Amino acid sequence: MTGRAEQGGPETVRPSRSGARQASPGRIRLKRAGMMALRTLGSLAVTFLGLLIITFLIGRVLPIDPVLAAVGDRAPADVYDRVYHEMGLHLPLYQQFFDYVMRVFQGDFGTSVLTSRPVLDDIVRVFPATLELATIATILGVLLGVPMGVLAAVHRGRWPDHCVRVLGLFGYSLPVFWLGLVGLLLFYMKLDWVGGPGRLDAAMEDFFEPVTGLILVDALLQGDMEVFRNAVSHITLPAALLAYFSLAYIARMTRSFMLEQLAQEYVLTARVKGVSEARVIWRHALGNVMVPLITVIALSYAHLLEGSVLTETVFAWPGLGSYITSSLLNADMNAVLGGTIIVGGVFIGINLLSDLLYRLFDPRARR
Amino acid sequence: MTDLTSAAPLLEVEDLRVHFHTPRGAVEAVRGLSFTLGRERLGIVGESGSGKSQTGRAILGLTAGNGRITAKTLRFQGQDLLSLSPKQWRAVRGARMSMIMQDPKYSLNPVMTVGDQIVEAYRQHHRVSAAEARLRALAMLARVKIRDPERVFATYPHEVSGGMGQRIMIAMMLIPEPDLIIADEPTSALDVTVRLQVLAILDDLVRERGMALIFISHDLPLVSSFCDRILVMYKGRVVEDLKASELHAARHPYTQGLLGCLPKLDQRQETLPVLRRDPRWEHGTLEEVTR
Repeated sequence: MTGRAEQGGPETVRPSRSGARQASPGRIRLKRAGMMALRTLGSLAVTFLGLLIITFLIGRVLPIDPVLAAVGDRAPADVYDRVYHEMGLHLPLYQQFFDYVMRVFQGDFGTSVLTSRPVLDDIVRVFPATLELATIATILGVLLGVPMGVLAAVHRGRWPDHCVRVLGLFGYSLPVFWLGLVGLLLFYMKLDWVGGPGRLDAAMEDFFEPVTGLILVDALLQGDMEVFRNAVSHITLPAALLAYFSLAYIARMTRSFMLEQLAQEYVLTARVKGVSEARVIWRHALGNVMVPLITVIALSYAHLLEGSVLTETVFAWPGLGSYITSSLLNADMNAVLGGTIIVGGVFIGINLLSDLLYRLFDPRARR
Repeated sequence: MTDLTSAAPLLEVEDLRVHFHTPRGAVEAVRGLSFTLGRERLGIVGESGSGKSQTGRAILGLTAGNGRITAKTLRFQGQDLLSLSPKQWRAVRGARMSMIMQDPKYSLNPVMTVGDQIVEAYRQHHRVSAAEARLRALAMLARVKIRDPERVFATYPHEVSGGMGQRIMIAMMLIPEPDLIIADEPTSALDVTVRLQVLAILDDLVRERGMALIFISHDLPLVSSFCDRILVMYKGRVVEDLKASELHAARHPYTQGLLGCLPKLDQRQETLPVLRRDPRWEHGTLEEVTR
């Protein structure tokens, strides 16, 4: 061998972005984190503004007269005009938009025609129901769906794979209202294993004073185990149903991500090192699967947080989905737009969260 | 390490075959390969698809899922590799034989730090504390001529260059001190400027620890300068087995053809000769094809 390079040649750790090698790594990291937070906040603000523009325009474009909706179609012309002015509809559009934004930031989404209560109060009442359901469903979906997807990929083409695929196919093709009704018929009516529709037994609902609106949390905080057990028995079926759908999706995606990762060279490297197959799969490959999987889980969670109208209807679950739907059917525009802003805000929040998780799981995203 | 040169050879391969079952029928990637290896540096050369990489993987028992290995003999340090359980395999891989892969961009786990990956390789076979494994890994990084081991230890693979990645790969695969190292095109993905430097590091470590080396490459001059002995593979078979120093006296027309295709600096050639393949090369013995 000729050309022995004692001097080690070009030493090549790529310099960090700031290029300031002398500064302590801690300070660089802090500065970078600060910059990143600012950038994220900026893009959040822009996205939220876009959301407000869209909801505002929808409110103006739809052929629903907000004045008529408020005063009714038999109100005299002078009442109509007065309300028209009170609502600021005579002002130029940009002025209206500015007022709208200011009101939204004060938490004022207007009054719901349907419930004659402030929209925000309504949302504060219905959103926790959806949040509770969506969160439990997503946790179950991830805890079961990810291992199932991994097993399917590892045993590709053999029975675990077929089981997961058939299960996933059912999850994709069965209509939720049918499955919900059959579930209620079997587990509630016939077997009496679970509570029926609603979040609590009717008798209990009257006595229970919600704090956060998340009944499971409230019951635990108040140490009321009877309410807690009752709430669990009511949420089990709808949560299991939604979990099944998100499980089907998460398992399918995990399977395909896993197959892709198991074919990568670093997996072979790990095997060459003598690493156990379990560690190859659950540490090496799954560590890389988590990166794209975050997006999938976040999307599935955000989708559930919109409120699943059909599930909420079947189980008489007073959530966001049924609230927005009934508002829409009754042309209650304030409620619809308020709900839309909440759903949009939830999406923005989930996106932010998945961005942060991305940085946690993927070192390549940290720059 | 016991000296095995005098006793049984380190690795005995007889009639090794690797089949792949594909939807379009079985493909035989390695067709009856035989050789024995002592504590020497053996080069395996051949063009793409000649089965040289599959030979390396078959020796490590890491043929892909749809492949099947058969052999009359596949023995490593007197141990029959064909009858090993997965658990026994794990005690062999890494600890006693290991492999350096082609491109560190793909062969290092992107979401684990360099240090964690080296420590993992060491602790897989040595019961030591995390702190001691870390010290070992830092020392090993220094051995592959990485100047600032502490810093590199904490980096992720995407933060290092190809040459450095390959030195990390060497450190990771040599840290458990295996007896046999298979290097599968270890420098093909690297810039020409760092290629020699990485090879020099590998060469040093292999010599110093008295390891056997199987060097898989398509680069005939490189292999001949780096190895003691050369196997020339063509379509899944060894067509010629010769000492590196006697490469110029190669008898097989395929080897001669490969040598003839190389441009020479001291002679002006308008056109380089193209390899004219003879169907007899696929099955014939050396004697048959040179007749």
